[in-house]
Amino acid sequence: MTAETLLSTGATVEVHDVHKWYGAHRVLNGVDLTVRPGEVTVILGPSGSGKSTLLRVINHLEKPEIGHVSLDGELIGVRRQGDRLKELSERAILTQRGRIGFVFQNFNLFPHLTVLDNVAAAPVATGRLAKPAALELARDLLARVGLADKATAYPRQLSGGQQQRVAIARALALRPGVILFDEPTSALDPELVGEVLSVIKDLATSGTTLVIVTHEIGFAREIADRVVFIDGGRIVEQGPPSEVLDKPRHERTRDFLSKVL
Amino acid sequence: MSEPPGAAVSLAEGPPSADTPSKPLTAQRVLPLRRPGRWIATAVVLVLAAQFLHGLVTNPFYQWDRFGYWFLRPTILDGLLVTLEVTAYSAVLGLLGGILLALARLSRSPVLRAVSWIYVWAFRSVPLIVVLLFLYNFSALYRTLSVGVPFGPAFFSFDESKLATDIVIAVVGISLHESAYAAEVVRGGILSVDQGQHEAAAALGLPKGYQFKRIVFPQALRSIVPNYVNQLIGLIKGTSLVFYVSLLDLFGAAQSMGSTYPGDIVPLLMVATVWYLILTSVVSVAQFYVERHYARGATRSLPPTPLQKLRIAITDLRARARREAAV
Repeated sequence: MTAETLLSTGATVEVHDVHKWYGAHRVLNGVDLTVRPGEVTVILGPSGSGKSTLLRVINHLEKPEIGHVSLDGELIGVRRQGDRLKELSERAILTQRGRIGFVFQNFNLFPHLTVLDNVAAAPVATGRLAKPAALELARDLLARVGLADKATAYPRQLSGGQQQRVAIARALALRPGVILFDEPTSALDPELVGEVLSVIKDLATSGTTLVIVTHEIGFAREIADRVVFIDGGRIVEQGPPSEVLDKPRHERTRDFLSKVL
Repeated sequence: MSEPPGAAVSLAEGPPSADTPSKPLTAQRVLPLRRPGRWIATAVVLVLAAQFLHGLVTNPFYQWDRFGYWFLRPTILDGLLVTLEVTAYSAVLGLLGGILLALARLSRSPVLRAVSWIYVWAFRSVPLIVVLLFLYNFSALYRTLSVGVPFGPAFFSFDESKLATDIVIAVVGISLHESAYAAEVVRGGILSVDQGQHEAAAALGLPKGYQFKRIVFPQALRSIVPNYVNQLIGLIKGTSLVFYVSLLDLFGAAQSMGSTYPGDIVPLLMVATVWYLILTSVVSVAQFYVERHYARGATRSLPPTPLQKLRIAITDLRARARREAAV
């Protein structure tokens, strides 16, 4: 199995006028975003700006109050009925999530399963692959993230960087059209950040659509096709890194970049 | 600082003291602190323990010959079997009931949550003996039990007096009681699993049943097992209450033999005590291995089994002996 066949082709992600609030606290205030197939989008913004919530709305871990998200034109978490949107069954939502990979800040590997079983669990549980085929795929994916020798280890026996690479392999096991990264290197010691970023960089050239929330500005400049700056639950500006990072048009973007650079 | 930087070094190079004629200070073993208080306390406890054991063996009041006579008598073993049977059924049914109640309590349906809460509230409030006596007299309250449409026709019906044997009453009563406690143990275990695990399972699109059975519950078991074993040990002894619904368990057998042979009451109680000690010990050993099983992945390496510990201790002793011999 070659590296190319391990991945499906990138999907289009469309976010339409998404609003999200918790009680009186408004987190997202009308976000519109289109991510083209194979594109690498980096989302930047101060803490509390709604970046993570936007990511979690895309795979329906959070339900938007208004607005909707679609993947290759198919609505996520809801269906159209006349001119209204109705919530999908939990089972249908779980099936849709198979097409959207998610990598957490805290890895969230399953500590009681070996590294190999962590990666092979989803394809088996969702009935996509028989167990032997899933284990073979898992071994290939672990080799791809440079952890072939850790297959029988348990997650807590690994370093943070290794755990995050396993988490990426786990997300890849369902061959998602898009992978969402929620601050994938924020919980890592500085010397471990590089190994995770290089795995993501490798994915960026593979044709899978990536949406990455991060604070690594240098990394964003290097791999992003597009940088999106969010503040106060709204997209303030977006464009290629050469524009948003080097010649920001908005005061708030300039202000943020001057603090993190 | 006026101290010369060589102060520490000069100590090592100073004139050697009497008991270490040649070795430099850094190469010496650090002598452990002497703790006379600990030795005195140990001696006192050993004397008291010896006194207690001596009394246990030599006091004629215990009648150890009668203890030997009763220990493996069929009546006692029959009682032991009843205790084991009632405990085993109730432990399994209680845990299953507890899991269902905990899931109901954690569900999003307000009705299920309320029913679960009320159940736990009710059965934790009523003493087990009262539940058992209620069930014993149940057939007088409801003559038949039937399965069918509520308030409508029945599909099956049971004649209660035939269905409700003593052992069934005991198991049902104890299970009802036990599941209320088990529900809280299971709920606590589920709550102890990190929220990130639920999210990761949901984000991977794992089916709901799989999420619970393979991801959440195995991790919850790590905290459920010690608490539930605690329950179970209480349960083993709690079964002695079935004596009051005319079931002769271990305690019941000892008790009834005691009223037939009043002179043997003390040895009979000792027989029951020793059997309960044995049962509890077996459960505790099983607990160690079950806990160890569910600790996989939770700690970097599994705690050693007693056998492994013994082996490590022997290796350590040998290494130490070799070191001492070398010095």
